[in-house]
Amino acid sequence: MGIRFILMVNKQGQTRLAQYFEWLTLEERRALEGEIVRKCLARNEQQCSFVEHRNYKIVYRRYASLFFLVGVDNDENELAILEFIHLLVETMDRHFGNVCELDIMFHLEKAHFMLEEMVMNGCIVETSKANILTPVQLLEKT
Amino acid sequence: MLYIYMLGYDVDFGHMEAVSLISAPKYPEKQVGYIVTSCLLNENHDFLRLAINTVRNDIIGRNETFQCLALTLVGNIGGREFAESLAPDVQKLLLSSSCRPLVRKKAALCLLRLFRKNPDVVNVDGWADRMTQLLDERDLGVLTSSMSLLVALVSNNHEAYWTCLPKCVKILERLARNQDVPQEYTYYGIPSPWLQVKTMRALQYFPTIEDPNTRRTLFEVLQWILMGTDVVKNVNKNNASHAVLFEALALVMHLDAEKEMMSQCVALLGKFIAVREPNIRYLGLENMTRMLIVADVQESIKRHQAQIITSLKDPDIRRALDLLYGMCDITNAKDIVEELLQYLNSADFTMREELSLKAAILAEKFAPDLSWYVDVILQLIEKAGDFISDDIWFRVVQFVTNNDDLQPYAAAKAKEYLEKPAVDEKMVKVCAYILGEYSHLLARRPGCSPKEIFSIIHEKLPSVSTTTIPLLLSAYAKILMHTQPPDQVLQNQIWTIFTKYESCIDAEIQQRAVEYFALSRKGAAVMDILAEMPKFPERQSSLIKKAEDAEADTAEQSALKLRAQQQPSNALVVTDQHPSNGEPPPVFVGQLSVVKAPNMNNTKDHYSTEHVLSQENGNLSQVDQQPPSADPLSDLLGPLAIEGPPGATVQYENSAVSELESGPDVVDGSAIVPVEVGTNTIQPIGNIAVRFHALCLKDSGVLYEDPYIQIGIKAEWRAHQGRLVLFLGNKNTSPLVSVQALILPPAHLKMELSLVPDTIPPRAQVQCPLEVVNLRPSRDVAVLDFSYKFGTHMVNIKLRLPAVLNKFLQPLPVSAEEFFPQWRSLSGPPSKLQEVVRGVRPMALPEMANLLHSYRIAISPGLDPNPNNLVASTTFYSEDTRAIVCLVRIETDPADRTQLRMTLASGDPTLTFELKEFIKEQLVSIPTVAQAPTPPPPAAPPTPQIPPNDPAALLADLL
Repeated sequence: MGIRFILMVNKQGQTRLAQYFEWLTLEERRALEGEIVRKCLARNEQQCSFVEHRNYKIVYRRYASLFFLVGVDNDENELAILEFIHLLVETMDRHFGNVCELDIMFHLEKAHFMLEEMVMNGCIVETSKANILTPVQLLEKT
Repeated sequence: MLYIYMLGYDVDFGHMEAVSLISAPKYPEKQVGYIVTSCLLNENHDFLRLAINTVRNDIIGRNETFQCLALTLVGNIGGREFAESLAPDVQKLLLSSSCRPLVRKKAALCLLRLFRKNPDVVNVDGWADRMTQLLDERDLGVLTSSMSLLVALVSNNHEAYWTCLPKCVKILERLARNQDVPQEYTYYGIPSPWLQVKTMRALQYFPTIEDPNTRRTLFEVLQWILMGTDVVKNVNKNNASHAVLFEALALVMHLDAEKEMMSQCVALLGKFIAVREPNIRYLGLENMTRMLIVADVQESIKRHQAQIITSLKDPDIRRALDLLYGMCDITNAKDIVEELLQYLNSADFTMREELSLKAAILAEKFAPDLSWYVDVILQLIEKAGDFISDDIWFRVVQFVTNNDDLQPYAAAKAKEYLEKPAVDEKMVKVCAYILGEYSHLLARRPGCSPKEIFSIIHEKLPSVSTTTIPLLLSAYAKILMHTQPPDQVLQNQIWTIFTKYESCIDAEIQQRAVEYFALSRKGAAVMDILAEMPKFPERQSSLIKKAEDAEADTAEQSALKLRAQQQPSNALVVTDQHPSNGEPPPVFVGQLSVVKAPNMNNTKDHYSTEHVLSQENGNLSQVDQQPPSADPLSDLLGPLAIEGPPGATVQYENSAVSELESGPDVVDGSAIVPVEVGTNTIQPIGNIAVRFHALCLKDSGVLYEDPYIQIGIKAEWRAHQGRLVLFLGNKNTSPLVSVQALILPPAHLKMELSLVPDTIPPRAQVQCPLEVVNLRPSRDVAVLDFSYKFGTHMVNIKLRLPAVLNKFLQPLPVSAEEFFPQWRSLSGPPSKLQEVVRGVRPMALPEMANLLHSYRIAISPGLDPNPNNLVASTTFYSEDTRAIVCLVRIETDPADRTQLRMTLASGDPTLTFELKEFIKEQLVSIPTVAQAPTPPPPAAPPTPQIPPNDPAALLADLL
């Protein structure tokens, strides 16, 4: 199924955005987020951006104080996901103009819309920034 | 609200609100409604039913944005119900040319979701063509999502979609070589890397590419990718291009390309593992490990050994370790193991256990000589004593014991290590053991007198824990025994120690101290006349002999075993020296038997599989020798028929009848009425029993075949209902007449066979659908009574139909949170039954897991803390009971694979019993060898053999 979940977590380990593509109960989510965040935040610059966790991989990337964590299946192409994270950030950048943690916090729904446009059911749908942003802009107009 | 949810609170108060927003007319409201719904609810939620109509209206509506929203929702959380009601609409959208790409790409992924929920929505034949059409699409968005759909479809059934293959290659060519992509889809100058990756992934699902043209084009593209990628400054560009590159590498590996291309890949990987970027280095190592499996390239990989060894110093050393482990062979073992040992000093704590285990295995597997092996392991223990598991040192002891030449060397080494000031406890154990056994071999060397040895060992005594003290005591006793003539001072010293420990609180130590003391006193008394004492070493060595006998080819086997387990600390450590009373020299009994257990086991395994195999052969040939008259029936009745003397048909039938009467639940033949088989002279092709068992596991295949007719079967199962189609094929050029098929269903199945034609025309195939409804759980098997006439031969066969218990199961993986409450709530018989099964056909744990899996019982790994146990679960469907969850726990004994304890729990007592018996049957008999050759008194009327709830079982129930 490719992508299992996308998380945005700040440096303090607080979740800022969570999107799951498989159903987990609240408790499972909380436990999972806790484990992953602890694991990833402890890593340093020299270590690579892929962590094996349970039976899947986590690809993560850090932007200033915000960590983007994506859980993927074991056979997924890691670098492609790594760049997908960057694409997501660039898209948000284009929309918010120099995106920061607060943007995501206060415009959570927009971040979700964008994500929704880019990923569906764990697969990447759209990679063109313009196309991703059209519905979001449409929303703002109306 | 999402925010609240994300923080981890339950917001079910808002679900209704969200769902009703969906039907709002305004876009923003609708949008919010959809998004919130798809985030908060899962596919089984009741509220979704409310929304299903609105969603449908949106999908077939005119407004594109609404369509998109609805499709997204379905794509994210659509369940089976959606699949059934919406699939046609979604397909239409995907294929229609009037829709904008915006909608179609969503439709593609939506369909993917629906396909996963219910594979029937995509009709295999029609879709292959449509998929090819879709792949001609210019819009990359649609293409990306179609490719995801294709990947799923192809992974399911690659044969049907082979037409898509050239298209994929073409897309790849267009992207990678011609860079024919709209500006907005390039990412740092690379044409949509994600689509490239996806396309190559899809290509990996096709086994081979036959068409030489396509193949050549593909290789050209791959070559281009391999050569054209270079490390650049920009991180993003770099990553993206390497993503493509790694996927290309994977594809090359998959395609089994020419040697030249392979070595090119290895060279590339060699470059990667040397770069500074950790991600690429990591992936380089990982891919190299994968490449090892492809073989042929070992030599070229070995050239990079030095580089790999440097990567060990990486923070992420796992990969390098795996790689080294994989590439190790007899030529480079010495270097690699020494590197590993050196690295052990600086390694991360979490890594050390794995590292030392791997080093130990490699050392054992490829040791050029045994003294080197002993060196390595002792070093290993010295460096990482805390991290190694006991079995590693058990192995050394075993090696030393079995190799006479090695003993003096090992003893000398042990002494050397023990003389060091700070010694790890494991080291003390090994050394004390070895010195106790073999120090007398060193007695002539300087500084190795029994006294000195004793004082070296004794120095360590105050610092060790209670588990080690018994070992030390044994060593003392041995030293004392070997000292002849006895040294008074030493003797006194040792006796003082024994007396001191006689009052030790630890039972084991106390026991040993008392026994050794008594023994050695006695020994001293009789030693002068050399009467009783020699027994002590005698007995010792007989034990060792046993160990020796048991391990024919231990090095190989245990390495394999360890490798298979990867987890070091299970099999061997279970038995921790029990206080053994009675036996005068109890010391090594515990240990040695521990050591030898797995080997015994292995050899036994080998033996019994061989045995089974030969039995199987015997059985098959026996079947062939059978007089044709009894044949079909004989196969049905398995063991009974085989025993039946040729020609004595009547007698045999009688016995069969009586046996049938004696036990209503006989082997398989509950519904079989003996028939007149005299006219039947047709020999079936292939073993009917084998075919039946094969069909129990899969859903289509041949049930029966003889020179005239072939009966094939195809089945579909859904919950408690099933639909079988019988394919009756006439293999001859003349018609088969008087064809009759009768179903003899057992009580628990309702079966309806449609009309079977009286005649089957020459070379024709007739299909007869058969509907099955499962009423209750039962292991009884339905029988097809089939007869036809060919020429003057009247043929009558009775065939078991593969509508067996496991067909009504649906694997259901459970998590620990779900499992334990249920397990506890079902306590004790009759809902929960436990039985110790003996005479199990020995198999490794993964094999057993596979077996269960093939019977549609899902294994949930990791639920049971003991790795020798299996926990599994499944859902059973029948009309009476509806869906019932069944939980299974199987505890195996690594020392004796022929027995296990099985516990089953479900809400329905009959089901629990039947399923238990069913699994037992599968485990005990190998399908082809129908039970033992001698007919056992046919299964006594099934009485649940529930062992009295012993305390151990009660404990086990709590896991």
